[in-house]
Amino acid sequence: MGVELNAKSFNDALKILSIKYKIFAPVRLKGKGAFSDTDLVTYGEISSYKDIELSEKSRYSPKEVIYPITQTLFYFTEDEYKEPEIDDKGIVVFLRPCDANSYLKLDNIFLKNGPYEDNYYKRLRDKVKFFVIECTKGFSTCFCVSTGSNKFLDYDVFFRFDDDKITCDIKNEEFSYAFSGKEVEFSPEFIEKNEIDVKLPDIGKISQKVEYVFNHELWDEYTKRCIACGRCTVSCPTCSCFSMQDIFYKDNPKCGERRRVWASCMVDGFTDVAGGHSYRQKYGERMRFKVMHKIYDYKKTLQHNNVHWLRKV
Amino acid sequence: MTNVYMPRKAEIISIIPQTDIDYTFRLKSDILPQHGQFLQVSIPKIGEAPISISDYTDEYIELTIRKVGTVTDAIHELKPGDLLFIRGPYGHGFPVEDFKNKNVVIAAGGTGLAPVKSIINRYYRNPKEIKKLNILMGFKSPKDILFEDEIKKWKEKFDVLLTVDNGNETWTGNTGLITKFIPDLKIENPDDTIVIVVGPPMMMKFTCLEFLKRSIPEKNIWVSFERKMSCGIGKCGHCKINETYVCLEGPVFNYTKSKQLLD
Ligand SMILES: Cc1cc2nc3c(=O)[nH]c(=O)nc-3n(C[C@H](O)[C@H](O)[C@H](O)COP(=O)(O)OP(=O)(O)OC[C@H]3O[C@@H](n4cnc5c(N)ncnc54)[C@H](O)[C@@H]3O)c2cc1C
Ligand code: SF4
Ligand code: FES
Repeated sequence: MGVELNAKSFNDALKILSIKYKIFAPVRLKGKGAFSDTDLVTYGEISSYKDIELSEKSRYSPKEVIYPITQTLFYFTEDEYKEPEIDDKGIVVFLRPCDANSYLKLDNIFLKNGPYEDNYYKRLRDKVKFFVIECTKGFSTCFCVSTGSNKFLDYDVFFRFDDDKITCDIKNEEFSYAFSGKEVEFSPEFIEKNEIDVKLPDIGKISQKVEYVFNHELWDEYTKRCIACGRCTVSCPTCSCFSMQDIFYKDNPKCGERRRVWASCMVDGFTDVAGGHSYRQKYGERMRFKVMHKIYDYKKTLQHNNVHWLRKV
Repeated sequence: MTNVYMPRKAEIISIIPQTDIDYTFRLKSDILPQHGQFLQVSIPKIGEAPISISDYTDEYIELTIRKVGTVTDAIHELKPGDLLFIRGPYGHGFPVEDFKNKNVVIAAGGTGLAPVKSIINRYYRNPKEIKKLNILMGFKSPKDILFEDEIKKWKEKFDVLLTVDNGNETWTGNTGLITKFIPDLKIENPDDTIVIVVGPPMMMKFTCLEFLKRSIPEKNIWVSFERKMSCGIGKCGHCKINETYVCLEGPVFNYTKSKQLLD
């Protein structure tokens, strides 16, 4: 069963929700694009229907909401480590199925890889409610069907936006109170075919030919063309690497912070160690490392329950 | 929720300079690590760095730290009584249980001696745990030699070979790279011999190859890797080589695994 809303009843719902939640969605930032006179479509806080940008694909992913670019881990005063407080409010994110699925990939690294859960990630992630935006046409550059990220059924509320007619399916009863409207038949739909199909190799086959993949000339092309700017990893919703960084305040050097800041395997310095060594100096090698991480290593180590780092000593 | 990045305080009990740039810091601590595990060591407002535990008892741990940059420079400024901040121990160490009753050869280059020193001292205290211990150590020059007092002690019980890449006027010992001495090393039963190799990347590579030439099976060779690390717990991605997180599965690896860790 669905509930039918219009812009006004939707806005009323947002108002009610905003008491307990911060609400994020794709938004258009006028004039903030990379080129002059262009806009930036990215995720931001919203308070009304008109704030949501649905006509264009967003440049950046919603990962910032739970994994900020710079995140303070500790405040220091002399020798004390103090964990920052966080907002009491919950987090509602309007996002498409592909982006919702990408959160599950971040979960694998932050919550499942290694012996510990990352507490800074978890405390924000636990607050997230998925308000999934129906997406049946996609954009010209999408290939979610090939990667199996076109469907997301674990939503809290699912929305079909059709101008002033908004239909939603409320899976999480907790949200029934906010949405009032006529009950209608409604079943969510997902895109079944993109304009682009990508062929993902079978990981069993890669295992047999790792050396061939490693030495493939495709990577040389990246050595020539990539400029190691890291933009691909910044905008990727599944990229999760970071560096730790300590600072002290200029006006009070006795106090400071330990932070983590997004890092990128494509950018210089990522592997530098003492003695001047660094690894994967060629940009093509970095591309290979990144691609293999996404389509091969990751599946091998995290999705097959083959948690191989647990060697017994 | 436990904060996995929260370090604990550890008081510096004493500081023993080994060379101009390598100091051993003894910290009050009851951590009982595996040999070869590491800690994330930090000073608030300066930063964190992964450091191997070079020795321990149930009352203290030792870290031997080379002064190479921001964090390690600041650590070298500290005095006994000051605090360091530590989290860990992390990673997997050497599986010493599997080394019992075997011949053991330890080949260490430079600061690579730090992560294996506690194993040597373990055998020094319990020589009967293994059949025999050979120690090969290489340093750049006589002034770079670490743990001189302990080396003297080890010589009483074990076969110790110390070499420097370049000697000086007063140096009367061996010169040349460790690899030079492996062909003549007395190895009675290669299948029953465990080899541990730790040092700079090139040293490890060529030292392992020399031992393979001496018919040591690959599965008997153990190495310890050094990679850039930010988190130490499998989250930050810096230490990853192919599908392997050095901070989780390493830093100690069996050769059968480490030979596949190529970039
Ligand atoms: C598992 C492990 C065990 C280690 N054990 C010891 C030890 O017992 N004793 C010891 O002296 N050193 C050890 N190191 C190396 C030590 O971590 C680095 O020397 C230290 O992080 C440098 O930090 P810094 O802030 O002083 O230098 P920085 O100012 O950060 O940099 C100086 C140089 O060190 C490199 N570097 C920065 N971070 C790291 C890092 N995390 N790992 C390696 N190099 C880095 C930089 O690229 C640069 O070339 C170990 C490293 C690892 C990964
Ligand atoms: S780092 Fe990424 S975005 Fe930048 S040039 Fe290379 S492949 Fe393209
Ligand atoms: S040090 Fe962060 S993942 Fe290994």
